[in-house]
Amino acid sequence: MSKAPSIPPIFSVADLLAIAYRIELDAVERYGVLADQMETHNNPELTRVFRDLSKAESIHAAEIREMAGDADLNGRASALHSIWRKGESPEEVDLGAAHYLMTPWHALQLCLAGEKRALAFFTSIAETAKDAKVKEMAAELVEEEAEHVNLVYRLLRKYPEPTDSWCEDGDPPAAQD
Amino acid sequence: MRESEHISVAIVGSGGAGALTAGNFLLEAASLAGWHGLLTRTVGPQIRGGEAAALLRLANRPVECLADRIDLMVGIDWLNVDRFGAEIEIGPQSLVVTDPASGDLPAFVSRAGARSAEVPIKDIAKSVPDGRPNMVALGVAAGVLGLSEQDLSAVIEKRLAEKGDKAIDASKAALKAGIIAAAQLDLGLRLPPPKARDAQCWLVSGNEMTGLGAIRGGVRFAAAYPITPASEILEWLAPNLAKVGGLLFQAEDELAAINMAIGASFGGTPALTATSGPGLSLMTEAIGLATATEIPVVIVDVMRAGPSTGIPTKSEQADLNIAVYGLHGDAPHVVVAPQSIADCLFTTQWAVYLAEVLQSPAVMLSDQFIGQAVAAIDRPADVAFIGRRATAVPQMGAYKRYAVAGGGVSPMAIPGMPGGQYTADGLTHNERGIPTSNENDHRVQLDKRRGKLEQFSYGDHWATLEGDGEVAVITWGSLTGAAREAVNQLRAGGFAVRLIAPRLLLPAQPERLQAALEGVDRVLIVEQTHGGQFHRYLRAHYDLPIEVRLLNRPGPLPIRASEIARAVMEWRS
Amino acid sequence: MSTAETRTICKPGDYKSDIKPIWCPGCGDYHVLLSFTRAFAQLGLRPEDTVVVSGIGCSSRIPAYLSCYGFHGVHGRSLALATGLKVSRPDLTVVVASGDGDGYSIGGNHFIQACRRNIDMTYVVMDNRVYGMTKGQPSPTTEPDFDTALSPGGTGLSPFHPLVIALASGANFVARAFSGEPNETANILVEAIRHPGFSFVEVLSPCVTFRPDEREWKNLVHPAPVAATSDPAKAARRIMTDDGFNIGILYRGERRPYQIKAATKAIDIGELEKDFAL
Repeated sequence: MSKAPSIPPIFSVADLLAIAYRIELDAVERYGVLADQMETHNNPELTRVFRDLSKAESIHAAEIREMAGDADLNGRASALHSIWRKGESPEEVDLGAAHYLMTPWHALQLCLAGEKRALAFFTSIAETAKDAKVKEMAAELVEEEAEHVNLVYRLLRKYPEPTDSWCEDGDPPAAQD
Repeated sequence: MRESEHISVAIVGSGGAGALTAGNFLLEAASLAGWHGLLTRTVGPQIRGGEAAALLRLANRPVECLADRIDLMVGIDWLNVDRFGAEIEIGPQSLVVTDPASGDLPAFVSRAGARSAEVPIKDIAKSVPDGRPNMVALGVAAGVLGLSEQDLSAVIEKRLAEKGDKAIDASKAALKAGIIAAAQLDLGLRLPPPKARDAQCWLVSGNEMTGLGAIRGGVRFAAAYPITPASEILEWLAPNLAKVGGLLFQAEDELAAINMAIGASFGGTPALTATSGPGLSLMTEAIGLATATEIPVVIVDVMRAGPSTGIPTKSEQADLNIAVYGLHGDAPHVVVAPQSIADCLFTTQWAVYLAEVLQSPAVMLSDQFIGQAVAAIDRPADVAFIGRRATAVPQMGAYKRYAVAGGGVSPMAIPGMPGGQYTADGLTHNERGIPTSNENDHRVQLDKRRGKLEQFSYGDHWATLEGDGEVAVITWGSLTGAAREAVNQLRAGGFAVRLIAPRLLLPAQPERLQAALEGVDRVLIVEQTHGGQFHRYLRAHYDLPIEVRLLNRPGPLPIRASEIARAVMEWRS
Repeated sequence: MSTAETRTICKPGDYKSDIKPIWCPGCGDYHVLLSFTRAFAQLGLRPEDTVVVSGIGCSSRIPAYLSCYGFHGVHGRSLALATGLKVSRPDLTVVVASGDGDGYSIGGNHFIQACRRNIDMTYVVMDNRVYGMTKGQPSPTTEPDFDTALSPGGTGLSPFHPLVIALASGANFVARAFSGEPNETANILVEAIRHPGFSFVEVLSPCVTFRPDEREWKNLVHPAPVAATSDPAKAARRIMTDDGFNIGILYRGERRPYQIKAATKAIDIGELEKDFAL
């Protein structure tokens, strides 16, 4: 997941907001999946962290929806997606980086990586867009994402970097089938 | 403080807490001190981070089954423990140690009305640099039981040697803190001091004993396909067979595994494979081939709950039918079943011996309970059974691989012996091994293969026979331990009961069971199945007294000694 | 797909059941599950007309996590189950899910035969180069020097080459995907399901518990340098000379998919009896 996402053709502010909305919804889903995983694997602290992150992203999504007004965000994003064939969503959280013993520090690192990717994505749109309105909206989204990035940095200061033994589990894996 | 013959402990935790490790260390320390013990475990459906419980029973005599009740339960946390609440028997006399940070006790504990005491396990762990809660829990359990810190430290040093001094010191410190915290707890029970043991103590699982039994019996080739709960047999054999000049080979599936083992045996190397129910189903065709071609091979089935994929991590005794009746055609063969963890060593060795001497497949029905449980046992006695197949002396003239002279076992030529060339064939064949559809040849060979098994003298190992009485408890396999405990309890109470547990299931021994049932007018059949397979097997092959009762239940809950005793008592006329 | 695509507005989330997976956090199969739901949504598949068939192993748990019909069968026989289902119910969309152990070891023979038959279905194998569910034995795609309890020091065997076997056996569509790129994997699955005949997609899906070294895969994968070819020999050569991390559709064949011979008109059973009468 170290690839930069390709940029779909963005023709209008409505398109841009549709993509931004889809990015937030993907993040809501991903954090929800992670919260479920942590719950199934008996890590209550991380269950809470991921549910909180999922909720935060759904608030962001709601904000974008408000900005977009009546536009059919989902339909638009799907239509764009079929043009946007290759590449992963910029804010997609890497489920492969999860671990059943992960600590809040790890979760926030995951989140930070996602937010930074989104920031880079909107920055490049702001820089390369031809349409002035799109440029302006992209710049607004850049500010939003920058705030998110800073928020995550602040949260990270609350949690110490884990010691080497964070993933120690004396018990062996259990065969199930 | 009341003395009790045995004490049972549960250590429970989830999400990588290390409850099973704590249980292992506890058993090992207790066995160093001289007690006997048995450890089983139950886990959630996750591969890592699931909820886990280590269930341990200690006593001054061999322990072959779990007790009716857990005396002490230490909870590192209670997440999702209700999932296996039914397997952890808590009663009003039980003491449950809980961490206040874990919140409420699980429902199955509060319902049972157990006594509870609080120990802040997680806080204590945090107070020790790199301290882990499972070591604190271990200390708490050890402190309550009165196990020595020295023995526990020795176990920690040995088992954590790879992790380095820092980890060892942290674990010892957490252990010590747990022991100190336990000082305020009172279980109200203690074990009598351990007796000096005359035999060396072994800490082993049934699966490991199966592997060793195979090697002792002479197996030098094993074909492997992983399946829960048999994989550990194969994983133990992989390096250890090689050490004695043997070979373990991974197969692409069970069909290949059994055929590989038969191929190796045809070449003269005693061979074995190990699987569970689904694998045994696949193997039946080739087991028939080994029967028809009279090639020795041992198939270990570590039974799990079925049918089909079933419950892979739980025990049951419902593969009896397929082991006994699962071959198409008339295909008599050998079926044996070990009765305890220690008995896996003897019975596997015996299975290899029988297979080799009788030139037959031998299916050994172990199960998940004895396969995966760990026990501190006295080093088992060395037994003289080493598989010795009769091999052909090359002779002039046509060699008759399946000659019917005396006893039914015909010497087997091994490739490499000049003059002994023959083609082993699953097709019905004559004395020379040449395919035939002749009715006399067919009957002669069927008689030979049945006769060789029926005429063999299996000795006293065919069954466990203990005690005398008008009532007999008949069971088999891993339930023998619980039945023995029930029978001993009843005898102590003045009620004489006979225990009969066949180790040899096929060929059936009707005369010997008849003799064993002399004076018995009521039998209680005990088995871990839903459909009463053992009951029907007994009825099919033996004459039973008029009064027969059945105590049966499928997995996953084991049948306890007290249930068996109660069933017998209810029957007193 | 043999039926006309009906665009139902199903979101990917609609294809998830409410059962929470037991896969270890970090497992590649979580991404694959996402890819399945996205692909199904893109195709507008109706959950009630779609069946996911599997064998035994971690990957094979996937049917329970989807809201379509599913069959969690016995070890290694998912393709056989799927074949019986699809030839008798050609109207259904059949997707088969397996792992490298289930699919290439015990399932090896069925794999070859399914490619030969070229029945219209899609076979997705989540390859983590290990037997995960039974705790870490080598599989046919495990590297020869990978140390395990069952093969100490490594098997010493050269790994199975599933993509080439598929081509040689007659599969009509061959692709390699990586779980860490769920959108790209979803796109590949869409193409695979759309393509007539037997479509085979190998998804590299790391096992975080028994192969933590596979976290490195995200740095090793790259898009295939050329577009898919319809020449199987060319495709086979490309695959045999690639580094094992070419991601994309590698072969799109033009074989006619298996034709289920429909009866022209069912006759009365009485007609069958006429042959017996003297």
